[in-house]
Amino acid sequence: MLASGFVLEFLKGPTLALQEFYLLTGRAMRNVTRQPHYTDDIKLQMDSIGVGSIPIVLLTGFFSGAVMALQMGRALQQYGQTGRTGTVVSIILVRELGPVLTALMVAGRNASGIASELGSMKVTEQIDAMRALGTDPIQKLVTPRMIATGVMLPCLTVIDDFVGMVGGWIIGKLLYDLDALQYWSQTWHALVWSDVVQGLLKPFVYSFVISLIGCFYGLRASGGTQGVGRATTQAMVAASVTILILNLFMGLIFVKYSGN
Amino acid sequence: MAAAANLLEFDKVSVEFDAGVPVLDQISFSVPEGQTRIIMGAAGSGKTVLLKTAMGLNRACAGRISLLGEDITEKPENQLFDIRARVGMLFQDSALFDSMTVAQNVAYPLLNQKSIQIPRDKMEEKVRESLRFVELEQALTKYPSELSGGMRRRAAIARAVVTGPPLLLYDSPTAGLDPITAHTIMALIIKERDMDNTTALVVTHRYQDGNLVANFRYNPDSGTLDPAGERATNTVFMVLREGRLVFEGTQTELEACSDSYVGKFVKKPEYAA
Ligand SMILES: Nc1ncnc2c1ncn2[C@@H]1O[C@H](COP(=O)(O)OP(=O)(O)OP(=O)(O)O)[C@@H](O)[C@H]1O
Ligand SMILES: [Mg+2]
Repeated sequence: MLASGFVLEFLKGPTLALQEFYLLTGRAMRNVTRQPHYTDDIKLQMDSIGVGSIPIVLLTGFFSGAVMALQMGRALQQYGQTGRTGTVVSIILVRELGPVLTALMVAGRNASGIASELGSMKVTEQIDAMRALGTDPIQKLVTPRMIATGVMLPCLTVIDDFVGMVGGWIIGKLLYDLDALQYWSQTWHALVWSDVVQGLLKPFVYSFVISLIGCFYGLRASGGTQGVGRATTQAMVAASVTILILNLFMGLIFVKYSGN
Repeated sequence: MAAAANLLEFDKVSVEFDAGVPVLDQISFSVPEGQTRIIMGAAGSGKTVLLKTAMGLNRACAGRISLLGEDITEKPENQLFDIRARVGMLFQDSALFDSMTVAQNVAYPLLNQKSIQIPRDKMEEKVRESLRFVELEQALTKYPSELSGGMRRRAAIARAVVTGPPLLLYDSPTAGLDPITAHTIMALIIKERDMDNTTALVVTHRYQDGNLVANFRYNPDSGTLDPAGERATNTVFMVLREGRLVFEGTQTELEACSDSYVGKFVKKPEYAA
């Protein structure tokens, strides 16, 4: 009796938080079709989330592709198949590493950034001021961030994939003396439609995780600067973990239904 | 003469953030048109919560609230915007948008209140006029972080009055300011009252502020405050203690009140005319 009461009490917080999160998600989605649209805010966020993330995405893409070619090339060498490096690098990048690494990097940069920005606004009463002055904070703050991330993350993932292939090619060229034409035609032919769909659908889904979790923790912040710091960390951790978990499930679904 | 309409009415309003711990406890009062209501009370007594509840920013868990003649107790957020557009609020820490300039902050309600339609070319004039009112025209392009505390308070007042609302809620307009700046801010509040005949709720810790509002009038010719004399003001004092309303009445009644908590807020005015 006592134990079950304790467990219920323990679960109450997370359950309420989840409920609040669903509410926020629902409202943010509903606002996509509603007036007013804050196009300036969407553009601003696209710039800060999308363009601002390009350097980190270039670095992540290049080094992850390079290190993959390095290890794959060596493994394939044992079977005399170094020539297949391009195929392997391409498939892994487009299906898995590109989406997940880009999403994790952008989560580290923007889920926390969003949480700290909205959190500071919350604790300094700017969110209340917004409501008092005629704007719905979800419409003005959450929806633009959600749309901007939804558009930009798939684009960033494509960039990451491509730069990863370049990184893989440079390593392949230097260490395994791969032929450029062979490498690039392999990376292209290795991909089937389901890979491309998977490679774009995943970042689209993760974009909601990043923007909505960032906004959620930001809007919940309380207790001054310390509260903002806590919200920032929580947002980044929650977004990253959610992305990794979703990544496995989406991978499973694609393996089951696309047959490869 | 018919009794003036009530712009704000609280009827046994209670607010709780944690179940069983009322932050406001069965508060009832009404503010008729033209009245200025001074709200005093110790830190944490619920003054800010009271103002936010009046705007529908917090929800009451019991009782009814009517704002500008409309019952807002259970109105969904999206129906509140049009009513809030006719109420100006000065937040305790100014709550200026720190990513925007002073001018953008003041223009914000003009741009975002759906019920307020102002042609684009009139916008700048309106903003300037409002900043001139608080004597801050030179800070138009500055960011809030570049202003002093008193200037920030004034910019926030400009933002609150720019739409010409009939009801104003000022949360601790003088808190943390030196006596001279505090006096300037109070003078602005009195000027707003006397120039535009606004109704207001003023939260303050300082008895002088209330005394000033009750006994002085703005003189548009000299730009100073003059003793009200026979042009008596409609000022009511209200004292909160731990979420309960422990005093409501005129200045004379307040000074005569024997309650020791209430008495602590009454000091002899420090400055005369
Ligand atoms: N969002 C909130 N969540 C939980 N408790 C709150 C919240 N806002 C206010 N409170 C509590 O309500 C009580 C009254 O707070 P309020 O801010 O109204 O005080 P106040 O009278 O304005 O004080 P001060 O003079 O310091 O500004 C405090 O005990 C505070 O802890
Ligand atoms: Mg307060």
